Amino acid sequence: MKEFEMTFKSITVGIALLATSAISASATDQIRIVGSSTVYPFSTVVAERFGRTTNFATPIVESTGTGGGFKLFCAGSEADTPSVANASRAIKSSEAARCAKNGVKDIIEVKIGYDGIVMANAKSAATFNLTTRDIFMALVQNMPLENGTLVPNPNHTWKDVNSTLPNIKIEVLGPPPTSGTRDAFLELAMEAGCKKVAWVKKLKKTDKKAYKKICHSIREDGAYIDAGENDNLIVQRLKANTDVLGIFGFSFLDQNQDVVKAAKINGIGATFENIADSSYPISRPLFFYVKAEHAGVVSGLVEFITEFTSDRAVGDDGYLSERGLIPMPAAEHKMLRAQIMNQIAKQ
Amino acid sequence: MTDLIQISPLSAKAVPGLTGRYRTERNFQRLGRLAIAMSLGFLMFLIVSISYQGVGAFFKTEIRFDVEPAWHDEAAGDSYALLRHIVREAEPEISGRKARRDFFRLIGADAEDVLRATIPDKKFIWLPASDDMDMAVKADFEEGASRLTEQQLDWVRMLAEEDRTRTRFNMGFLTNGDSRDAERAGVGGALIGSLLTLVICFLLSFFVGVMTAVYLEEFAAKNNWTAFLEVNINNLASVPSIIFGLLGLALFLNIFGLPRSSSLVGGMVLALMTLPTIIIASRVSLQAIPPSIREAALALGATQIQMVFHHVVPLALPGMLTGAILGMARALGETAPLMMIGMVAFIADPPGSFTDPATAMPVQIFLWSDSPERAFAEKTAGAIIVLILFLILMNLGAVLLRRKFEKKW
Repeated sequence: MKEFEMTFKSITVGIALLATSAISASATDQIRIVGSSTVYPFSTVVAERFGRTTNFATPIVESTGTGGGFKLFCAGSEADTPSVANASRAIKSSEAARCAKNGVKDIIEVKIGYDGIVMANAKSAATFNLTTRDIFMALVQNMPLENGTLVPNPNHTWKDVNSTLPNIKIEVLGPPPTSGTRDAFLELAMEAGCKKVAWVKKLKKTDKKAYKKICHSIREDGAYIDAGENDNLIVQRLKANTDVLGIFGFSFLDQNQDVVKAAKINGIGATFENIADSSYPISRPLFFYVKAEHAGVVSGLVEFITEFTSDRAVGDDGYLSERGLIPMPAAEHKMLRAQIMNQIAKQ
Repeated sequence: MTDLIQISPLSAKAVPGLTGRYRTERNFQRLGRLAIAMSLGFLMFLIVSISYQGVGAFFKTEIRFDVEPAWHDEAAGDSYALLRHIVREAEPEISGRKARRDFFRLIGADAEDVLRATIPDKKFIWLPASDDMDMAVKADFEEGASRLTEQQLDWVRMLAEEDRTRTRFNMGFLTNGDSRDAERAGVGGALIGSLLTLVICFLLSFFVGVMTAVYLEEFAAKNNWTAFLEVNINNLASVPSIIFGLLGLALFLNIFGLPRSSSLVGGMVLALMTLPTIIIASRVSLQAIPPSIREAALALGATQIQMVFHHVVPLALPGMLTGAILGMARALGETAPLMMIGMVAFIADPPGSFTDPATAMPVQIFLWSDSPERAFAEKTAGAIIVLILFLILMNLGAVLLRRKFEKKW
């Protein structure tokens, strides 16, 4: 009995000690990064290199999704909140307002490059040559007709959509609604195709809500399949079923060039060069946001930003381009970099 | 069981409908065997496919290069320069900036680390190959199995013919932390993280769980209030684990201000999740102690608490521990609650204490399975093998504990 009491006491004391030591430990010696899962593969490479080549601790990178990242980022300006938020889109005004309300006033936006969204199929299958109109007509939920009415999408095969396309059942594997890739796909591919219908385009000015409802919808009758957040899974399934198309980020195409190939969109191939000069239609910029207030508080933050914006990382021949990041044009990069360094120097 | 049926002295004639009853029994047994065969089949499929994919993660390809001691002096501690020198001397016929860079891509990102750690008096050195070359060698240069160009594949074939490649056990896979370079990535950090998390989880949930069970079973009055508690505890055992993550986020991180991503908070959240399981298992093993033990202790003059702690709890302990270990095994496989408290993250440095940022095994598997680089598919399967071995060890421990200490009446 005594023994039992003793061990019990020592364990309680131990846990209490642990808890207090935890609270006193400060988090300011390690950079915390949250946000987009699309930026995660790039952010982690920079973080690892940064940890390896400097005396600072390797930053912690959490993959929370862009929206979830801003939520954490904007929670406050204390040193234990994340200093950096990765984003696969620009910050929304509502998110910026939330930040400001919680005392995060000075946010620096850093553009790191571009990401292309590709529609790919197995290498052995027919090559697709799609227009954004084809994509829209194949995947929209309710199809707008020229006469101003909406009908449930009647297209079953790609040939129904466009007679030059192969006679294969429409089956597309893509990201789920929670994904930033899906948002970007809706905005860049579906909306572009949607605008090709004249009356819908006009609707944008008069009734934005109705316009969005038509253009930003994806059919739910089984032709479009939510494949989850895991892009490797999509690649695996494309390999197994040559009639299926998949939607994913350029970096996965880059890594799997030997098993899948991308469809041409509006006649333009999804290549590194085409995305870099923004002639490829479905590409988006990638960002990270930094709390300027943390510049002097979190050690290594300024050095980390310097590394992430360096030529060595995001430049034309940078190590991130090897991982599938599409760099900005050199002139734009130089200008942005100077701007950011200026903003930091002001702190 | 079939023996029993055959030696039955009753004949079909003597008991009407006996044949039919025997048939029902045989059919039932057949169904049971079929069910076992099916579940074994699924398990075998899982294990075989995972082993097939993942066994490569435990091995790595290395390339031999000649090296002279003088080169070390020339490089003056700059391992990158030394590496360049070694490669240039080894393949003088590869000229042109692009060709040389392509060849350089065959060498692993961790080659510099190896160079830094070697003594300069070696005549030759084995350097790790890059993940792309590693995959090509493991797939036996099969068409379309790697991202290497024709030229690079030719070089790899040449190296293999000259006997300058070898395959070695990849110790780094078990000891290294996470990395975005597949050749450097290992489960070491995640293993330590899982271990630290489980220690916290066990310390909290076992003692609290056992005390709760002992009180409810031995001391508490049986009334509506305890019945209500019991229903709630049983309910908690089947609450989706992400709910505990949300609770942990609100309570431990936002109110207590404990460090995000730490194994301390991870362990606390998992303890909440495991508590009901342990309470239920402990109560069951307390109920299994025959009343005669209690009555004998009380009859000899022991107080209630002496009876419980000197006699009942020691006898019930093996069952309680088994329950705890099974609960821990479930906790070991959880990712969802850890996501809410920031343990699903890229953390390169293995944790050194309970408050350091840490990941856990299932998290590492989840993160790798989502990596674009091809070589991570192999690492993912390899990590699953390590996790399964860990689980088998824990469950084996549970079985052995029960065998050793269990008493039968």
